[in-house]
Amino acid sequence: MAELNKLTLAEARDKLRAKEVTSVELTQACLDAAAQAKTLNAFVHDTPDLALQQAEAADATLAKGDAPSMCGLPIGIKDLFCTKGVASQAASAILEGFRPEYESTVSQNLLDAGAVMLGKLNMDEFAMGSSNETSVYGDVINPWKVDSRQLTPGGSSGGSASAVAADLCLAATGTDTGGSIRQPAAFTGIVGIKPTYGRCSRWGIVAFASSLDQAGPMTKTVRDAAIMLETMCGHDAKDSTSVDLPVPDFEAALQGDIKGKTIGIPKEYRMDGMPDEIENLWSDGTAMLKDAGAKIVDISLPHTRYALPAYYVIAPAEASSNLARYDGVRYGHRAKLSQGDGITEMYEKTRAEGFGSEVQRRIMVGTYVLSAGFYDAYYNRARRVRTLIKKDFEDVFAQGIDAILTPATPTSAFGLGEMKDADPVQMYINDVFTVTVNLAGLPGISVPAGLDKQGLPLGLQLIGKPFEEGELLQFAHTLERAAGFVAKPEKWW
Amino acid sequence: MSIDITMAAKVAKLARIKVEDDALPALAEEFNAILGFIEQLEEVDVEGVEPMTSVTPQRLKRREDVVTDGDQQDKVLSNAPDAREGFFAVPKVVE
Repeated sequence: MAELNKLTLAEARDKLRAKEVTSVELTQACLDAAAQAKTLNAFVHDTPDLALQQAEAADATLAKGDAPSMCGLPIGIKDLFCTKGVASQAASAILEGFRPEYESTVSQNLLDAGAVMLGKLNMDEFAMGSSNETSVYGDVINPWKVDSRQLTPGGSSGGSASAVAADLCLAATGTDTGGSIRQPAAFTGIVGIKPTYGRCSRWGIVAFASSLDQAGPMTKTVRDAAIMLETMCGHDAKDSTSVDLPVPDFEAALQGDIKGKTIGIPKEYRMDGMPDEIENLWSDGTAMLKDAGAKIVDISLPHTRYALPAYYVIAPAEASSNLARYDGVRYGHRAKLSQGDGITEMYEKTRAEGFGSEVQRRIMVGTYVLSAGFYDAYYNRARRVRTLIKKDFEDVFAQGIDAILTPATPTSAFGLGEMKDADPVQMYINDVFTVTVNLAGLPGISVPAGLDKQGLPLGLQLIGKPFEEGELLQFAHTLERAAGFVAKPEKWW
Repeated sequence: MSIDITMAAKVAKLARIKVEDDALPALAEEFNAILGFIEQLEEVDVEGVEPMTSVTPQRLKRREDVVTDGDQQDKVLSNAPDAREGFFAVPKVVE
């Protein structure tokens, strides 16, 4: 059967249940596609034997009937997730050789639902980056290509985005601290959802900024996002911030329409110098939701412009604390020591060798903003601003807004290496539309909505109310159908 | 607030990351670019606003203070760069 790797999760699920295909066939098709796509550098730890074993087990379960929701569906897992016995190194040299003795809760949930793991996916080191150029494994390449340039798939979940867009897996896990699911989804023409903070357990996911990090699915369609998100979510006693709320049937939530619902269009997201194409896409998306029966209301989120600077205090502060554990003692890399070196030299040399430059920069910025004398001026001020950013959203939801529509990114995918000489702040601008959502703990989804004049995908972002992912997915499904985005990258790899 | 070379060296020391002396000027410059960006926050009126401690309204879950796990010395040590006789080994800490 031709090109099983191109199926969506929903299509593959239905074919498996109708006994038209087996999980082994699906899995082999993905493994073959991934083997031919080494150029993209998306998969960095392949587990074909494990995948085929899992696929055989899934086929046996399917034959018996009553298979769990994702039984037999081959997916990729971001390298940030600890996977038992399989290399998990957050794309960092400092975790070289680390093979966890345990499985992250989210990946365990997926395995329990019968999913097949094809391997681990490339990413920015410790999820710090917006272009997947900070990985110890090297850059990930976007399967979309319009000229001689190699383009970034975005970051930090760039390997996941590239693998899904190039049909190397049916779907993949991502994580999102400031936009790391939604920005790469937009750059590669796929769907990515970051759920409400607390929906997915963070246990076993290498921590970057604990108050912002959330896992989520990266998929070919909104329906697939609903299927996979439902599997990933759920209360976990091992993460004290995981919420003890029932997980709704997200796929069922796609039914029905959005008539009478209210969509807010925030004026602060209309940035100076925003390309016309992004502006037009946003207006088109607004019109589509209006045509589907939604009421459109202009809203204001007055503290939006302070979200990025607040993020670049809070996230590095938390990172400096979380990454203190990489000291060459318990796991990963330890520097070779010189005669007379003590434990402090061991820490300093290990961390200088093991962390890449962006990670070092953020750890040190975090150290600075938390240090005596600056804590109030930077860290506490940023947390106060975060309170105000969250209140902006609470105010508009209290006015009756059901969801907010914005662009997902300020541009389409840019060339690898193009930002090399820019100062770090220029790269941070990539997250300008997504970072507010992490600071406010809200669910956000990026939906592919069109191509720019170069022929590169552009995404729109919908932001929902806390724990209303079902409603958010319904809006996204409506937008997806109206936009009718079906373009795929032409295979060149 | 401007960061000079002495402050950059101090921050690197606090972060336990070895930075060679000749790399300090560039590092200080990067810090200043980032801090210049962050300083926009000074424009915001935060009088009377509480710093956020939890983005969701829930109180952290509590459980009985009892042992729920343990006896996994081999697993705990399995990834250590240097483990000996059931312990993590590090360079000499006290004379």
